[in-house]
Amino acid sequence: MTDQSSTDHRSRVLGTEEIRRALTRIAHEILESGHGAEDLVLLGIPHRGVPLARRLAENIVRAEGLGGDIEQLHGSLDITLYRDDLRKHPTRAPSPTRIPREGIDGRTVVLVDDVLYSGRTVRAALDALSAIGRPAAVRLAVLVDRGHRELPIRADHVGKNLPTSRSERVFVHLTETDGEDCVDIVRPAGEDQA
Amino acid sequence: MRHFISIADLDRTEAVALLATAEHMAATQSRSIRKLPTLVGSTVVNLFFEDSTRTRISFEAAAKRLSADVINFSAKGSSLSKGESLKDTALTLQAMGADAVVVRSASSGAAHQLAHAGWIDQPIINAGDGAHEHPTQAMLDAFTLRHHLRPGDPNGGLDGLHVVIVGDVLHSRVARSNMLLLTLLGARVTLVAPPALLPVGAHAWPCEVLYDLDEALAAGPDAVMMLRVQRERMVGGGFFPTEGEYSRRYGLSTQRAARLPDHAIVLHPGPMNRGFEIAGDVADSDRSVIVEQVASGVFVRMAVLYHLLATDDREDAR
Repeated sequence: MTDQSSTDHRSRVLGTEEIRRALTRIAHEILESGHGAEDLVLLGIPHRGVPLARRLAENIVRAEGLGGDIEQLHGSLDITLYRDDLRKHPTRAPSPTRIPREGIDGRTVVLVDDVLYSGRTVRAALDALSAIGRPAAVRLAVLVDRGHRELPIRADHVGKNLPTSRSERVFVHLTETDGEDCVDIVRPAGEDQA
Repeated sequence: MRHFISIADLDRTEAVALLATAEHMAATQSRSIRKLPTLVGSTVVNLFFEDSTRTRISFEAAAKRLSADVINFSAKGSSLSKGESLKDTALTLQAMGADAVVVRSASSGAAHQLAHAGWIDQPIINAGDGAHEHPTQAMLDAFTLRHHLRPGDPNGGLDGLHVVIVGDVLHSRVARSNMLLLTLLGARVTLVAPPALLPVGAHAWPCEVLYDLDEALAAGPDAVMMLRVQRERMVGGGFFPTEGEYSRRYGLSTQRAARLPDHAIVLHPGPMNRGFEIAGDVADSDRSVIVEQVASGVFVRMAVLYHLLATDDREDAR
């Protein structure tokens, strides 16, 4: 495995500064597409969607000059128990779900994830949401959209569109979970450059 | 984890992971829609060779909350001898397409035999086998203890807690499973029973064994677990002189409960003999978490079903 990866080709797609700019832009897009920060809830999908949702919430609070409790603007939504591919993997431990005190009924929920790929995670997230309440609208914000959708799902806000082949892997690292901010793409050894 | 037969098969990491999953299951049960689609399309068979109300209903509720289909198979009244009955039943269940079998039997080792005899390929969950083990009961007791006495740390155990288990240890699979699980999670366990209601070899278990309840309570335990006196298993009698004497020496009376530390909680696996092993007003007091144990049971059994069924980590898939 180590020998294999040493010959894999890894390239940096986004660095710290690009991630910061992308999240600032997405925060502004979210504000413009709705009615400001009123009735907005950002729910991150574990694991890396959770810190991204928090950062977007911080950006929104800063852009709008809002006071109040930022914890009421963002939360997390575990989708493990709603997946359709559970039997294809070893047991996945569920992660916590944290919904702001006001709930999601009648509000605009923005789902936040790091990478949009097949769309199955988002489908599961929509099912999980409907068990919790009935939002007025649901939007989707992702840091990276790498294509290859298997369901009719698209993101409303995208940090970076990244055309990939299925054999490539996309790694998102965030300071909160991995100690650094970056997005890398890894092409397996032996594959020709696309 | 392929089957759930005995606490002895678990290591601490697995036990804590199950408790953590049970916490997540508990959190989903306060939502407006409590049913999860996780196990949709699976069939869970409840195979009960012995009477049970709460365990069977609890497993049924757990499976249904995860969207599995449930078939209840009560073998009570079957005239077949136990070995044949178990084998034929297993072959029937296999043919019917069960995805998991929950089994309760009066014979110790029934779940193990069902899992390892080669009659059936599906995961087996032990819902109590004779005087051997009742592992999901121990998990729900640990879940309840942790919730009250060690809250806040989803990856924590029961380190440093002192739990006193009192009563009919001889016939109690609950006591055995709890002794194993609570010590695995770092708690100190004291068993209290009259000598005639202790199994041979209990002194070699990793716990303290006392004959005097007042001596055990004087140590100020964090929790007291009362066991049901299983009179239906006391064939021939002679286990204690009279009910009155048992109750006086080993019952959790109002006076005894009053001497417990303020934070101490009282557990009972049910069904209770009120006024015999536990006083009615102790069972109804603020210390009592007996009703909560029933709720915990559903969460823990959801976690066990999830870990066994929502996965593909069997040997042949590796």
